[in-house]
Amino acid sequence: MSSSRTSSSSLVLSTPRVLQGDIAVWIFLLAELLAFGVFFLAYAFARARNPGLFDAEQAGLDRQSGLINTLLLVSSSALVAQAVAVVRRAGADASQRAAAALLGAIACGLGFIVVKGHEYAAHFAAGMELSSSTFSMFYLGLTGFHFFHVVLGLVVLVVLWRQTAAGVYRPGDANGLESGAAYWHMVDLVWLVLFPLVYVMH
Amino acid sequence: MQYSSQAVAKPYFVAAIGLFVGQIIFGLIMGLQYVIGDFLFPAIPFNVARMVHTNLLIVWLLFGFMGAAYYLVPEESETELWSPKLAIILFWVFLVAGALTVVGYLAVPYATLAKMTGNDLLETMGREFLEQPLPTKIGIVVVALAFLFNITMTVLKGRKTAITSVLLLGLWGLAIFFLFAFYNPVNIVLDKMFWWYVVHLWVEGVWELILGAMLAFVLIKITGVDREVIEKWLYVIITLTLVTGLLGTGHHYFWIGTPEYWQWVGSVFSALEPIPFFALTVFAFNMVNRRRREHPNKAATLWALGTGVMSFLGAGVWGFLHTLAPVNYYTHGSQITAAHGHMAFYGAYVMVNLTMISYAMPLLRGRQANSEKSQVLEMWSFWLMTVSMVFITLFLTAAGILQIWLQRLASDPQPFMVVQDQVSLFYWMREWAGVIFLIGLLAYLASFFVGGRPAEARAS
Repeated sequence: MSSSRTSSSSLVLSTPRVLQGDIAVWIFLLAELLAFGVFFLAYAFARARNPGLFDAEQAGLDRQSGLINTLLLVSSSALVAQAVAVVRRAGADASQRAAAALLGAIACGLGFIVVKGHEYAAHFAAGMELSSSTFSMFYLGLTGFHFFHVVLGLVVLVVLWRQTAAGVYRPGDANGLESGAAYWHMVDLVWLVLFPLVYVMH
Repeated sequence: MQYSSQAVAKPYFVAAIGLFVGQIIFGLIMGLQYVIGDFLFPAIPFNVARMVHTNLLIVWLLFGFMGAAYYLVPEESETELWSPKLAIILFWVFLVAGALTVVGYLAVPYATLAKMTGNDLLETMGREFLEQPLPTKIGIVVVALAFLFNITMTVLKGRKTAITSVLLLGLWGLAIFFLFAFYNPVNIVLDKMFWWYVVHLWVEGVWELILGAMLAFVLIKITGVDREVIEKWLYVIITLTLVTGLLGTGHHYFWIGTPEYWQWVGSVFSALEPIPFFALTVFAFNMVNRRRREHPNKAATLWALGTGVMSFLGAGVWGFLHTLAPVNYYTHGSQITAAHGHMAFYGAYVMVNLTMISYAMPLLRGRQANSEKSQVLEMWSFWLMTVSMVFITLFLTAAGILQIWLQRLASDPQPFMVVQDQVSLFYWMREWAGVIFLIGLLAYLASFFVGGRPAEARAS
């Protein structure tokens, strides 16, 4: 950031490539991605030390559910992106259309929770625990950590949906919406790495 | 000083510094006992000196935190303290209880003290850092609750700011996690597991929130940077702290009998714990560089910047050094831990308290800043204490590396006490660095008595 810009208190709104959302949220997102990234690396190391176990236990995972969940999260992310775009373009009843898109995104997110919940129920019924094996530790640890992010993300989306419906966000004044959207995309992005890594690759 | 009730902070700061001196004296005694084993034996055995050294540290830091809260909450909330009288009563209760506890440690054998104070009723004693007799522990809870009540009522009746919210979250967390000091399961794995709820979740959790709030307050005052900017940083730092620090507890669960997955959870999350400390450093320097006024209290600015750097080095870097499970397998419980403990406590919690005292004490004594002469002496004490602490850390690290090699890694490992003899050179050097630290501390004390015309603000 140049010192000349910070010294004047006026906001630069028309800069073509300005960071969307709050810088503080971005720092937080980078820290989150770093945490997941380190876990993915740890997974890779652990798998390299015991590929047989990982391949065998991975075969027991429900890939179909994983695929459905991938589609749900990608759709949800797309709907959130659409909501941001609608708000930014303004136009007739932009707030209501954006709110509808967010509601769709929330529905997809809830779908993810239901599907994942079914998967967990089956695993727990089969007696899987964090300490049953290195693979199950990583599987439950990684997906569980991500699951909590989805839950938190849904809380954020509900707040955004109510605010958007109330017409709080306008073009040039949608910092909260953009920040929340960035968080949801992060949750989606992590899953897009997690799904192939844990469910598919062998 | 804007509100007269802020004056209650003064006795807290004075007591904090007094206990700090006691802590350092006992540090020097036990530092000498490392190399002259029977020094002061049987009057002050090593285990007692160590207990007094660590307990005094904790108690004086708590005095500092409470003083800081009494100083900054009225100013942030823009209202007088709910009850200054309660604050003064609690001060004396806490001071007398603390003094009696230390006298108890020194006057009678620990087992006798345990019997005298009703440890058979509820067994809480005998655990590192939680050695306090039951009445002291109950006293701590009572004082903490009354203190929190006083502070919370003040916040509720006044303006709510990010700084007071974060501070309250930290202080309430401090009180709540201390309750685990009363839980002492017979199963030694569970005992250790919950013991860390107090120890780890204090210093790598809620205390960091208190630190962040205190530093943010001083930075607003001395730099004049917009509150919005500083508060945003504060939120980012405390989020990073909680994300990494809570599950970072796992780095204490590697070898105590807990399941293997803790090695992964602990390694990954605690490896990220340096990030909030790094953010704290960047934050402090950034705010000082963007300052909108030249505050006449240069010493406080120096302490604030020092807190950022030294907490990152001590807590962040020296913590990371031995936090990964495969490394910790060899370094566990060696002098590396002692090195980390010294620099982390000094860099984070000692320095943030001295930052607050350095900023607030002149105001409590009726001037914006001390005289140039007094500040120069205080800055000398900053460098003497900080540089000698760096050397204490380096010598202990060297001792630790050698210890691990001779005792655990070499093809022909040697017994503990044989190894201790071989690393004694580093213990001697650590002791001399400790003497320099004491000189720095005495210079710090002297700076309070240097008079002269108060330094004045210059237009930037």
